[in-house]
Amino acid sequence: MRGNAFEAKVKADGGTELMRLLSERLSGQSPPPASGEVLVPDLSAAGPEGRTARTALALREATEARAWALLDHPLLALEVAGSPAYLEPDAVVVRPDGRWTVVEIKSFPMIDGSADAAKVGAAARQAAVYVLALERVALHTAGAEVADRVLLVCPKDFSNLPAASVVDVRKQLSVTRRQLARLTRIEDIAAGLPEGTTFDLGHCSGEELTAAVESVAAAYAPECLSACELAFHCRHRARAEGAVETLGRGVRGELGGLTTVGAVLAAAHGGAGDPADPTVSALRRAAALRAEALAAAGASGAPADGAVDGSGPAVSAIGSANEAVTCR
Amino acid sequence: MSLISTLARLEAVESGRARPLATVRHRRISDEPLVLVPLTTAGEAGAPLGALVGTDRDAPRLLTVAQPRDRDLRFAFLGELAEAVLPYLDTYAEVIEPAERNETDPETGKRVKVEVELCVDAPQLIVPSRPGIDFVRLLGRSMRFRRTAEDDPDTPYPAPPRVPLLGRWLTHYGERARVPGSSLLLAATDLLNRHWATGQSSLEDQHLGALLAWIDPPEGVSGAEAALRAELDRDRGGQLRCPPAGPATDPAFDNRLLAPAIEGYDRARQALAAAEDGPGAEEQLARLSAAERDIRELLAGVMRPTWDAVWHGLDLLRALPEGERVADRWTRDRWSFTGHRDRVRAGEPPQPRLDDAVTAAQKLASRETAQAQLEAQEALDDPLVFAGRRLSGEAFLSEVTEVVMAYSESKRPSPRPLVTVRTDDRPHLEAGTKVFRSLDGKPQSAEFVRSSAEDADDNDADGVLVLRLTDRMGRGKEPAPGSVPEKGDRIAWTLFEHDQRGGPKLPDPEETPWTHGGPPGADDATPPHARAEAHAPDPVTEEDFL
Repeated sequence: MRGNAFEAKVKADGGTELMRLLSERLSGQSPPPASGEVLVPDLSAAGPEGRTARTALALREATEARAWALLDHPLLALEVAGSPAYLEPDAVVVRPDGRWTVVEIKSFPMIDGSADAAKVGAAARQAAVYVLALERVALHTAGAEVADRVLLVCPKDFSNLPAASVVDVRKQLSVTRRQLARLTRIEDIAAGLPEGTTFDLGHCSGEELTAAVESVAAAYAPECLSACELAFHCRHRARAEGAVETLGRGVRGELGGLTTVGAVLAAAHGGAGDPADPTVSALRRAAALRAEALAAAGASGAPADGAVDGSGPAVSAIGSANEAVTCR
Repeated sequence: MSLISTLARLEAVESGRARPLATVRHRRISDEPLVLVPLTTAGEAGAPLGALVGTDRDAPRLLTVAQPRDRDLRFAFLGELAEAVLPYLDTYAEVIEPAERNETDPETGKRVKVEVELCVDAPQLIVPSRPGIDFVRLLGRSMRFRRTAEDDPDTPYPAPPRVPLLGRWLTHYGERARVPGSSLLLAATDLLNRHWATGQSSLEDQHLGALLAWIDPPEGVSGAEAALRAELDRDRGGQLRCPPAGPATDPAFDNRLLAPAIEGYDRARQALAAAEDGPGAEEQLARLSAAERDIRELLAGVMRPTWDAVWHGLDLLRALPEGERVADRWTRDRWSFTGHRDRVRAGEPPQPRLDDAVTAAQKLASRETAQAQLEAQEALDDPLVFAGRRLSGEAFLSEVTEVVMAYSESKRPSPRPLVTVRTDDRPHLEAGTKVFRSLDGKPQSAEFVRSSAEDADDNDADGVLVLRLTDRMGRGKEPAPGSVPEKGDRIAWTLFEHDQRGGPKLPDPEETPWTHGGPPGADDATPPHARAEAHAPDPVTEEDFL
């Protein structure tokens, strides 16, 4: 609710405040357009196809008119894995030179010029998808170019006055492009499923739905937990399989060809695995060192002081006179 | 994550219980820490909703904001928080011991020793989770520029007394929490994660309830099961049995319980305002306080489990013996506390919004030094951490097989004995690499000469190293007794230094080079009002956040 109120405030009066922020951050010297100079086209239409067509038309008209234009909640289409997805950026600004800039309005505060890095990252990824979708429209528009820098607008400090920052999304763009290109097409996934599989909640029982979900392979990683409703299901399955990914993607990378908890532990404790495999030999060494250290700590309790004892733990050999408290 | 800690996580998966990552405690836990469990309002970017605070685990002080958007209520909350926290800080500020500090004499430019005060102990703040630390910083930032009626009689919304002071202290603690190894402000999840490996990912380890379930599951239940319950179990009303450790609340709690309660409070307040002094006023007032009590009970209900969990975690940590070098790092924390106490007493202005170039560089350099120092000290304190360094080739454990006396080739020959050791570890050594061992708590250095002795065709030659001791043997021709190892000694050598020296000294702020913006204030591009703004209070708008 505060987010909506803030967005409405930023866009109020035909976008005067937004235009001021935009030209302050992006245009350098040129003054912001007067409030009457900014076109605010009406983008309402029936259905998503209608709205995307209306948006494309408005973008084309504004670019041809060589005028400032503010598109409030335009609708864009982007093909994801072979099916269209509709996207609604907070705003797109068309400048007289034909550049289109994505504006993302967020409700998290920008305190002393910096905001929560994780939230800014998420906003940048989101904006990059909008830029990609806009690029498809710009391909069919003469003289149009989509800016790879987007304007992030947040509340300033603890107030609800807007503050803006330019975010370069080139990296996010190339990552998203690559990911979209690599995505398995939905038809291909569907082709691999048994005939009659449905996820329709209204027409199948709980068991049927579970079976349907089970029939789709999933690559679970802990990051899924913050993004996907099915994450707990996938986690349960991955844990049941003993997949090492449940401990994090990095763990998987460390363990080479060993993919299950059981296999790793068997290799580490010498029960299985090829000793010539560098991963296996590293694991065995790690396991031996860990066991030695734990045994040493368990045997001696608190580390002994200073004494260099033939059988003592590593710590006592390192020596341990209290060298603290000289404070300078 | 090193392979050893990965292995610990895998073992935890298999055994269903957390496995140790440390054999000693690497952080100071004060005898009387102040625990703070804050809650924030969803969607209001940092407006406090409530807090449990105190040093007595059985009697936390409950502070709540019945309507988080009401500025007066928020100020009242912050005022109460100041009353709960500042007296605790004050008790530590008074107990001091004399100490010496090196300072540069402004007239002669020489380093001289100055007698100063050092607080004997420092107050410690514990919050449940890492977002709690961020919230402490945010509270600090929101309060330290406020003006009380005393500071400025014309200020439109004066803050309660002592609130700006609390802001400065919380800012200091938030800033100190970024120094590796510091223990002034700690998150319970960080503490537990440092000492135990669970069978879940580090992302899931941020859930205090699940983390504790892995480390200390209830009788008869595996850690994995207990953690799953802590994450997902809801009661019949759809509320989590183990509420999140905050500061963010569970959406189901916000929507089903909190929002109606706050609405009820708003209605009661409106009714009271409408009744004015009329006959119904007393009844409306009773209704208002009942509505407020409802909110207090609700918030206490979701904060209390977290409060108990933090203390439970502290119990588990206290059971570990403290690492020997922890006291050394705690002394630095005491210096940090004393330093800020002195700055406040000297009437210095609050910490600026943004550090200048020199301060920022200094902070970064000192944090890097602290990080390196922490890594070295943890390895020296803890055989399990040391094992990780052995695995990565940065340290080795060896047995002395031979000591041959040798001397340096200078005018006054000093002892440079050659020590032959045998090790099963595989340190990354090249001729001339320096290695260190601890001798009576001080590092003694040696130089790697060659691997294997004369009998190069010996199959075991890989594990035989020759080292030349280079210092700590006294000034005489004969090495001081005990300073040279003997045959059969087991010695732990490290390839990293034990004490970290800071980098080169940075210039004074007045000497900031032009590459870094030049001296503060000298920049013509900075308009005078911007410079004055550095300490000015935030402008106030109708619907500001904090």
